[in-house]
Amino acid sequence: MTNLDVPYLVLAGGLFAVGAFGLLYRRNPLVMLMCVELMLNAVNLTFVTFGRMMNDLNGQVIVFFVLVVAAAEVVVGLAIIVAVIRRRPGASADDLKVLRG
Amino acid sequence: MSVQLVVFFICALIALFGAGGVVWSRSPVHSALSLVATLFAIAVLFLNQNAQFLAAVQVIVYTGAIVILILFVIMLLGVDKLENLADEPLGIGFRVAGGVVAVALLAVLLAVFFFGGRTIVTGKPAQATFGGTSTYQPISQQAVSNPQAGVIDTADVPNINLLGKQIFTQYILAFEVTAALLTIAVVGAVVMAHRSKQVQPIPDEPESLDSGADLAAIDAAGEEVREA
Repeated sequence: MTNLDVPYLVLAGGLFAVGAFGLLYRRNPLVMLMCVELMLNAVNLTFVTFGRMMNDLNGQVIVFFVLVVAAAEVVVGLAIIVAVIRRRPGASADDLKVLRG
Repeated sequence: MSVQLVVFFICALIALFGAGGVVWSRSPVHSALSLVATLFAIAVLFLNQNAQFLAAVQVIVYTGAIVILILFVIMLLGVDKLENLADEPLGIGFRVAGGVVAVALLAVLLAVFFFGGRTIVTGKPAQATFGGTSTYQPISQQAVSNPQAGVIDTADVPNINLLGKQIFTQYILAFEVTAALLTIAVVGAVVMAHRSKQVQPIPDEPESLDSGADLAAIDAAGEEVREA
């Protein structure tokens, strides 16, 4: 049996870093939302791996709750993006500088 | 080479390439499709770690609902234009800083995983186990009172039975709160996406801002991207 614990964690860390980079690099709000999903999934993978390492089911339970909260977050985030882009077509994240008042 | 190892490396490659596709695709549609590849690979990795229910939920909720929702918004708003990634409205410093932050984050994570390894999680020295033959018992109230609850491998009970028992006993309050959360999210989405008659468009160039010229430059750049 091969011990794959550390490879799983390294993969999750890599996915998280790519997601964080995309969030900082891209200005399209939709792509930024997708990068947030990427980071959430990396963390989910870490939770499942930790749960298996510790033989503890609660790691999987918390992934279930993260999934639910991610779904709610995407719904609200997309509604905000729709509201913004409808008022200002082609808006990027930088255009929301006008919100600082 | 065990089956788990081969599956892991194939899915890890797919997940990483998909993640790269999300970040570096010029079209948001391509980003969404790359995201599907990554999420699917992660679902297979869940299966590989004996989390069958989560793998099914991952495919149904993420690739079946969330990504479809994102694609619907892309199509609905007509923002599926190609984006020039070399466009630098905020100066190149922001993007370099983003890259530096991401690399630093990756370095810290890898350092923790390599030097800490198993020990940071279980508090015990490394032991070669895969597929849950570990003898480590989590120290929690539940595990002390009932040794069978909260443990992944209990004889041949399916994963979904264990998960359901855990969610509907120990986490019943959190489960009910998520129901309220989803309701609130739906109401909020309807309120925000509602098309009102008296909507004022966001002004292109607010006079009161100090960086008016900066904003004008952004608008000009945005126009170019839109027309391209």
